[in-house]
Amino acid sequence: MTWSPGEDQIAVQRAPAPGAAGGTYRAFGETLRGLKTTFARVVEGVHTIQYPEQKVPVYPRFRGRHKLHRFEDTGLEKCVGCSLCAAACPSDCIRVVAAENTSEHRVSAGERYAAVYEINISRCIFCGYCEVACPFDAITMGHDFEMSDYNRSDLIFTKEMLLAEPIESTPLRTEGE
Amino acid sequence: MSLAIAGYFEPWWIQIVKALLIFGVALGILPLIIVYERKLLGRFQGRYGPNRVGPFGLLQPLAEIIKFATKEDVRPVTSVGPLFVLAPVISIITAVAAFALVPFGDAPHIFGTRVGLYGVDPSIGPLYVFAFGAIAFYGLMLGGWASGSKYSFLGAMRAAAQLISYEVSQGLALIGVIITAGSLSLTAIVHAQVGMWYFIPQFVGFLIFTIASFAETNRSPFDLVEADAELVAGYFTEYGGTRMVAFLFAEYLNMMVVSGIAVTLFLGGWLLPFGIHPPTWVDPFIVLAKMMVFISFFIWVRATLPRLRYDQLMSFGWKILLPLATANTLVTAIIVVAVHT
Repeated sequence: MTWSPGEDQIAVQRAPAPGAAGGTYRAFGETLRGLKTTFARVVEGVHTIQYPEQKVPVYPRFRGRHKLHRFEDTGLEKCVGCSLCAAACPSDCIRVVAAENTSEHRVSAGERYAAVYEINISRCIFCGYCEVACPFDAITMGHDFEMSDYNRSDLIFTKEMLLAEPIESTPLRTEGE
Repeated sequence: MSLAIAGYFEPWWIQIVKALLIFGVALGILPLIIVYERKLLGRFQGRYGPNRVGPFGLLQPLAEIIKFATKEDVRPVTSVGPLFVLAPVISIITAVAAFALVPFGDAPHIFGTRVGLYGVDPSIGPLYVFAFGAIAFYGLMLGGWASGSKYSFLGAMRAAAQLISYEVSQGLALIGVIITAGSLSLTAIVHAQVGMWYFIPQFVGFLIFTIASFAETNRSPFDLVEADAELVAGYFTEYGGTRMVAFLFAEYLNMMVVSGIAVTLFLGGWLLPFGIHPPTWVDPFIVLAKMMVFISFFIWVRATLPRLRYDQLMSFGWKILLPLATANTLVTAIIVVAVHT
């Protein structure tokens, strides 16, 4: 019984036989076609985004640098220092040290507040689990992605830095863009 | 009896001024052509090209020349010293010498003296160009051989084979024009094109000359001599700093020379079509503009075509281009004889 390749057989497309005259004739036609193709690119225009001046707008759910939030009406911090974000963090880059709120020194709305809140951005993988873990929406992922620095120690973001409005803002993608 | 007449009619000091002017203009335009090529190549690939240094990136070549000039002068231990140093010098000198021939205009009277707007107009114009083109090969071959590196050596061997193969077709393509014009003086050939530019009656010759010019100037798709991917840079692999710039400048200058010759012989030199006669001072700009169009075509082709395989290059050169050029010459000669008798 002979084996039949059936539908599985592969059609091999061989290149035309090499030859000076035929090859030149084919190459000439293909050259003209190629010239047309490249010239169409000139007509089409440039696709470059001039990065430091122009930025690619990010999507609303883009996970960039973290932000800590305050209540808009009272100005108190939303973070109560529960350390759930630190527990959820897979790369273990969040450090929270909680302290008790007192009536004279009231920082957050809850019983306790975060006396120290540090995110080591150089270790962060921007997974957004901290945002998910937070019961008070105190930490969210922002849109900034330009965080390079010359020292590793400068990449440990403190609570003040995370609470402050980011200096450089990234353009946000509008609906349907 | 002299073999050729150089045809000087200017006083000696005008000759010197002209020489300096041509040298200055040629080497002044070169960096602009390099940045123009990079920008145009960018456009062909949907990007801007260099645009950071200076206005529109025009100072990019200047920055690069400063970079190259401050580089360490490295020479491989296997290199042959004097020849290694001499090779880029030969390349650039021959390129500049050939550029002296490109006529930028007729011989108008400037302040009462008759001045030819060209370096020199010998009665053997194209031969002079080919003579210097042939000497320029020594720059490439000596450079590759004296480097003492196998990449350079392979590049030099390829250069030798390629340049010699295509020079024949390039020369034969010009003979059609020379027969039609009946003169070897480049200005006389331009004057002969008043009625019709030679690229119409000599279209096959123009095509052959253009293709052979790509090979002669080592431009894509005939850049096997340099072949960045396989030979690193061919004959100038081992060169760095200003010597490499000399090779680079020689290559671009050769491109300008070839464009200038093509403009002179096929595209009517400083003439304009439809009987437009601008004032004489416009002539050099017309030639430069036509040269830029030709150079743009070089860049367009570079952006389009991949490099040929070596056997394809050789079979194309010897089996197609050379017979075609020969046939073109023969047919032109027969037609000219038939018309004149």
